[in-house]
Amino acid sequence: MSVSADIYAQFKLNYDGFVLDVDLNLPSQGVTALFGPSGSGKSTLLRCIAGLEKAEGTLIVNGEVWQDQHTFLPTHQRPIGYVFQDANLFPHLSVKGNLNYGVKRQPFQHDGFSLDQVVDLLGIGHLLQRKPDRLSGGEKQRVAIARALAVNPRLLLMDEPLAALDLARKREILPFLETLHEALEMPVIYVTHAPGEVARLADHLVVLNQGRMASAGSLNETFSHVELPHQASDAGSVIIEARITEVQRQWHLALASFEGGEIWIRDLNFSSGQKVRFQVMARDVSLTLTADHNSSIANVLQAVIDRISEGDHPGVALVRLKIGTNFILSRVTQRSVHALGLAEGDRVWAQIKSTAIVE
Amino acid sequence: MFSDGNWAAIILTVKLASIVTLLLLIISTPIAWWLAHTRCRLKPFFEALVALPIVLPPSVLGFYLLLVMGPQGFVGQITQALGIGTLPFTFAGLVVASVFYSLPFVVQPIQQAFENIGDNYLEAAATLRASPSDRFFSVALPLALPGFLTGSVLGFAHTVGEFGVVLMVGGNIPGVSRVVSVQIYDYVEALEYGQAHSLAITMLVFSFLTLLLLYTVNPNRRKL
Repeated sequence: MSVSADIYAQFKLNYDGFVLDVDLNLPSQGVTALFGPSGSGKSTLLRCIAGLEKAEGTLIVNGEVWQDQHTFLPTHQRPIGYVFQDANLFPHLSVKGNLNYGVKRQPFQHDGFSLDQVVDLLGIGHLLQRKPDRLSGGEKQRVAIARALAVNPRLLLMDEPLAALDLARKREILPFLETLHEALEMPVIYVTHAPGEVARLADHLVVLNQGRMASAGSLNETFSHVELPHQASDAGSVIIEARITEVQRQWHLALASFEGGEIWIRDLNFSSGQKVRFQVMARDVSLTLTADHNSSIANVLQAVIDRISEGDHPGVALVRLKIGTNFILSRVTQRSVHALGLAEGDRVWAQIKSTAIVE
Repeated sequence: MFSDGNWAAIILTVKLASIVTLLLLIISTPIAWWLAHTRCRLKPFFEALVALPIVLPPSVLGFYLLLVMGPQGFVGQITQALGIGTLPFTFAGLVVASVFYSLPFVVQPIQQAFENIGDNYLEAAATLRASPSDRFFSVALPLALPGFLTGSVLGFAHTVGEFGVVLMVGGNIPGVSRVVSVQIYDYVEALEYGQAHSLAITMLVFSFLTLLLLYTVNPNRRKL
């Protein structure tokens, strides 16, 4: 793996036919998404990291042994924050009581967030006196996130924090999570089965399938794997992180540069040097053998075909392209693959019809 | 309204029920916690054991307690060796017998309250640095409070209402084991219906008010 390996997790668990067998290195910075279908073991893995599940194995976080053959640090002694899928706020305590529960039990001095900062960050100042049963689903989850952050964890674990919410509530919470993504220095491990959440929040990606690691690495590289079930569909896409290098205000366009290429995207009042994250849908990428500068499509990038695989329909092919160190996917017809004589390793031009900013 | 003898019986009954309830709260809490959280395959066995007094004729329970606590019994041998003498026909013996008799009425509501809490809140507390005992006192106990309330009321009321076990283990000794229910029996035996009536109506009203309180405070209770 290309990322620094500061969290080492190796677990073996076997019960009722379910097997978890992983051996991973996770970076100690940014958001790592544990991604996979339900039953893939991603939540179980998170629970093992928290010590809520007792599996055989080893867990070393930033040089500290939390679990090995001789050690098992109980959950309450691990410097973690944990956000549960269904908030799990204590019903007998007010919001304030919930937030203070962990703060009061902080064994060590810290120089991280103050409770006030956390309350501000999640916009829950007006809810402090309320009991959890008087909160909406979205508010509950915000309080739960605040409660987990208020203990100043050195590792934040989030178990599908949006899964129990409806679309409107998800939209309410996601901006907060994105703010956290920028504001937090601690590593975050985020369990989800939603590609959209991965696209918006993750820096690194670990794909789990049937209790085993299917792939792991940077977001762009791992998310562009054609084996991921959602990629074969019409919604297949990749995420590219780039930096704005030029803005043309009169055309409302900005140039986003990344390792291996640059793409014009719609200007959302960007300033030069700003980091952006955008999504390229596989269906918006077409392929040509020569650079066609007479086209209305502004973004034409030179690429190398990394992999050609089948789409979700026999007439469709999914082509993974390498551009510099980044990957994009192109959804084309099998007839085009045949007509253009495309093969893995070929140089082609990728025409990108549109992009969408995700952050 | 009541004669001295009746007052003595009432005071004795309340004293007995109070002590038994207090003891039962202490004894039942760990039992209920264990039953609520164990994955032991013998759990049904222990649950059945705890529930036994609900279905067992009080005379059966009383009979065996009498044997065990008597001079030849296992417990009797121990109490004699300790210099306490034997428990049957003493107030202490009555307390012990009542604890067994009312045990399920306290264990079950508390166990159910613990089960209803589930693991989620306790896990959340663990991730917020609470140790196991801390989790018990700061999360489980307050959330199970209605169960404790129900258990106390039922345990108290059930002890007040016992008769068969008292007669077997305690006999009918004024000030020691002559509780209200036994007193009523005595009056009826002696054909003193008026006296019996004054105590009986008191018990009736007490029992009804107790249950009324229970259902008012805690209307969603599923199991008696």
